[in-house]
Amino acid sequence: MLKEGQIMKIHYITGIAALFVVAVHIIVRLITPSFSLSLVYENVIKNYHNTPYIILLESILILVAIHGFNGLRIILLELRQNKPWEDGVAIFTIAATIALIAYGTRTIIVASGLGLG
Amino acid sequence: MGPFIKKIRMLGKKNRGIDDSRKDNTTHSELTHKTVILNVYRANARKDDSPRYDTFEIPVQRWMTVLDALLFAKSYSDSSIGIRYSCRMASCGSCGMKINGIPRLACYTKISELSGGRTITCEPLSNFPLIRDLVTDFSQFFERHKEMAPFIRNDNANITDETMLSEFKQSPKDVDQYLQFSYCIKCGLCYSACPTVATDTRFPGPQALSQAYRYYADTRDNSSIQRLNIADDRHGIWRCHFAGSCSAVCPKGVDPALGIQLLRGHLMGFSRNEKKIAELRDPVSEQ
Repeated sequence: MLKEGQIMKIHYITGIAALFVVAVHIIVRLITPSFSLSLVYENVIKNYHNTPYIILLESILILVAIHGFNGLRIILLELRQNKPWEDGVAIFTIAATIALIAYGTRTIIVASGLGLG
Repeated sequence: MGPFIKKIRMLGKKNRGIDDSRKDNTTHSELTHKTVILNVYRANARKDDSPRYDTFEIPVQRWMTVLDALLFAKSYSDSSIGIRYSCRMASCGSCGMKINGIPRLACYTKISELSGGRTITCEPLSNFPLIRDLVTDFSQFFERHKEMAPFIRNDNANITDETMLSEFKQSPKDVDQYLQFSYCIKCGLCYSACPTVATDTRFPGPQALSQAYRYYADTRDNSSIQRLNIADDRHGIWRCHFAGSCSAVCPKGVDPALGIQLLRGHLMGFSRNEKKIAELRDPVSEQ
């Protein structure tokens, strides 16, 4: 079981790292030609076949999910204080983080064609 | 009962509430050249009476404090006003209350310094259970303070054998590390001003956390790990939002927000955790 200090250290690190990777993501999108066509199906699939880019997307997914759901946990902890609520909040946020990362990772794998064997 | 105004017409009689040396000789015009309207919150936690504000018109003298005004109203108008006070010199921390919405010590707040015109509103401290009128229950506050083990713990110091009693060597630099935090008088103003205490009932509050740092930083104490563990709780030091209102209201110039941030730095590992521990003087050679 992680101590609160260790959880908060992860929270701060993921927050700073998320800022960095999201900034890289925005810069990549801005400097790529045909920005207006970036959401066209073929271009999206093309992006997902770019290995460094899918690593970046996976990083954003993991960092933002951990940071965001831990932030939600902190907000909910301040909303009410009793053990069942606090334990419930912890379980819910951990489950939600895992579920979001799993679903997002699945999307990245499917779109990149890595799961086709 | 709705608000009411009680005119103070005792000035020709005994004047023990203001200045004993001028007793019976004070004229009405000397004291009533300026008056303030004092709104006092009235409620009793043991009764179901709805809270109300009683209003008193108080003659003001130079350097008069809010506590003086309250005692004047209590002496000459309504003796049932509930106030807690003791030293009248900002040392005991008993007379904390919200004055015009801001937590302050009534004995340390001069009426002339208050903005907001002629009206002064006195209310009990927020974040404390109410007992009656301006008196609040400090039990939980002191409990939070005790949880931080606010005393020196050092395994090397033998305090059971009287012949071995000795004192620690501390340099002025060592003392500077915690000195400002030792000025805390436990008046509860920071606790009342803290927005996190208002929402999280298990948050220790700025007073307790700054005291945790005060003993952590004291070189005479060698229980740093235990102290960090106490503060490193789900509802502990990490729930501080760094609003800074605790430091803004402290009447003794303590900066609890700084103490909390410094302790956080140690918990995060940004600050050095290898603490210098003060040496003990040799009890035999020093005698």
